[in-house]
Amino acid sequence: MGFQGTKINPKKFDRSQLKFYIILVPLAAFMLLPIVYMFSQAFKPLDELFMFPPRFFAINPTWKNFQDLMRTASTSGVPMSRYLFNSIIITITIVVATIFITAMSGYALSKKKFKAKNTLFSINQAALMFVPVAVAIPRYLIIVNIGLVDNPLVHIIPALAMPVGLFLVKQFIDQIPDVLIEAARLDGAGDFYILRKIIIPLIVPALSTVGILSFQAAWGATEASNIYISDETMKTFSFYLSTLTSQATGNGVAGAGMQAAASLIMFLPNLIIFILMQSRVMNTMSHSGIK
Amino acid sequence: MNKIKQILSNFFASIGNQIKKGFKFLIHVTRLDVAFKFIKEKIKIGLQFIGKYLAKFACLIKLDIVWNKIKAIYERLSQHDWFIATLLLWPYVLLFSIFIALPVAIAIGLSMFHFDAVQTPTWAGFQNYIMIFTSDSVFAKNVLPNTLKYALLVGPGGYILSFFLAWMLTQIQAKARTVLALALYTPSMVGGLFISVVWRTLFSGDEAGYINHFLLTNGMIEKPIQFLQSPEHLMNIMIVVTLWSSMGIGFLAMISGILNINSEIYEAAYIDGIRNRFQEIIYVTIPSMKPQMLFGAVMAIVNAFSSGYIGVALSGSNPTPDNSGQLIINHIEDFGLQRYEMGYAAALSVLLLVIIWLFSKIAYKIFGEKD
Repeated sequence: MGFQGTKINPKKFDRSQLKFYIILVPLAAFMLLPIVYMFSQAFKPLDELFMFPPRFFAINPTWKNFQDLMRTASTSGVPMSRYLFNSIIITITIVVATIFITAMSGYALSKKKFKAKNTLFSINQAALMFVPVAVAIPRYLIIVNIGLVDNPLVHIIPALAMPVGLFLVKQFIDQIPDVLIEAARLDGAGDFYILRKIIIPLIVPALSTVGILSFQAAWGATEASNIYISDETMKTFSFYLSTLTSQATGNGVAGAGMQAAASLIMFLPNLIIFILMQSRVMNTMSHSGIK
Repeated sequence: MNKIKQILSNFFASIGNQIKKGFKFLIHVTRLDVAFKFIKEKIKIGLQFIGKYLAKFACLIKLDIVWNKIKAIYERLSQHDWFIATLLLWPYVLLFSIFIALPVAIAIGLSMFHFDAVQTPTWAGFQNYIMIFTSDSVFAKNVLPNTLKYALLVGPGGYILSFFLAWMLTQIQAKARTVLALALYTPSMVGGLFISVVWRTLFSGDEAGYINHFLLTNGMIEKPIQFLQSPEHLMNIMIVVTLWSSMGIGFLAMISGILNINSEIYEAAYIDGIRNRFQEIIYVTIPSMKPQMLFGAVMAIVNAFSSGYIGVALSGSNPTPDNSGQLIINHIEDFGLQRYEMGYAAALSVLLLVIIWLFSKIAYKIFGEKD
């Protein structure tokens, strides 16, 4: 009897795969249920939201929840579009800045030789297990003392250093052969030229992964608006959503449809970006191992 | 040189004239605000003068020579790797030190003090730590057991689950795999807040709540359960919800780790006498993707310890009902941001960091490659 192959990454369907489908498909469906539920909740008209018995899918889908959300302003009179605008600006800045910072540091840590290199990388690797909320109080003291309170930069600056991002980018640059860089150097290219014209085009998959991760973090962040910003016009959309949620616990029913609509607006960009980038992400992940 | 002298003397003479005029004017002036306005104006004129003359100087001494010198120095320095590395790394290192390293250091320092955010801190030594273990009954009775139970189920539990899911996904074809992997990964993109929006309506306590309604109509319960307010259920719901959202980047890393294993290794293993898929996993798959396993493990640990806000988000209160969903993170927030016992909260933070560190130490022991 010859070697039958390990069936890892099979090219075509075989009946032996059926058992995996039997487990995976229902599980995937179960995982998606709450998300489908969120969708249908967002499109339910008011009477269906509180119908008894509850129904999973909307019967007469409507855009009314979204319209309500657009029209409603927070208690202090700031319209939703302002929060959304803030969130978009903040998120774009964070994503672009994080990508540049990690690309630069990743190149330095991977291809440059200097004394502190290994120490820096192992410190960063240890910081993979860093949990920001664990040191919320010292962070609070620091941010207060460097004068970031009530400054819109407080949304951005603390979010820029991303150990996971640097780790992934560094691992990815490691597999670019040194010969390539040497050749460019012989042709008279400087380090910044090499970084711009050779490294960055080659590590686009890793950078888009970093972009996605920082996007997810930045887009959903409420901490800064919650603690450090007192001016309503400087707060973010996700914060606005969280106030909707707490209002809804107060008076029970009013905002349920709007909440779902807002969650959908929060969630959709994540999903779309990930679907567009998923092959790049998987490409990056194959270099993610910690040795 | 004469030209420079001339310009300089003109410059000082005109400044002197301005100052003389200023003094004359000041003598006549009695009102301070007028004087202020006057001074501001004069400073402006003075600055304009200086600017003009500086521009003239720049022409004379040829700025481009200076620029070339700076460029030459830069070029000489950029032969050294350390210089380029410093240029490239300083933003990250700076941000990292301020927002990641420094908070940890401060937490360790602060945990040695009594500090209420208003008065000056007083030295406490190890008292805060001693208090955690001896006189904080909530910590001993609820927080620690809760955290351990939650972390063990969500951390290693979620980790093993995501490994097996990743493994099963690699056993099917690429297209179906992409779709299913996306379905499994999607929940982890839904941030904490939105998790609570969805799950709160699903677990809503009255009979219109989706799950209550389902159980009622199927005759499994007789009256609706207050899922999110009841101490018996909250913890389990937290675990289910976190597991639901735990197929994150660690999971993706494991999928691509398994896919990247060279199939020749499997062939060799089969020749060496491996007989089934279980042995395949134990002897080939896991050993050849140790680095990804370790990355996944670290991510799982971080996920387990940082998603503690979920209890508060689900039940809507901190502390959670009867402290049933209280994890160390909520405890820290409770003491730090609500009772302002910063020193005590810092001691709790340090304890949490130590626990996380111990967990990952174990992960490194199992999957780390010794060289």
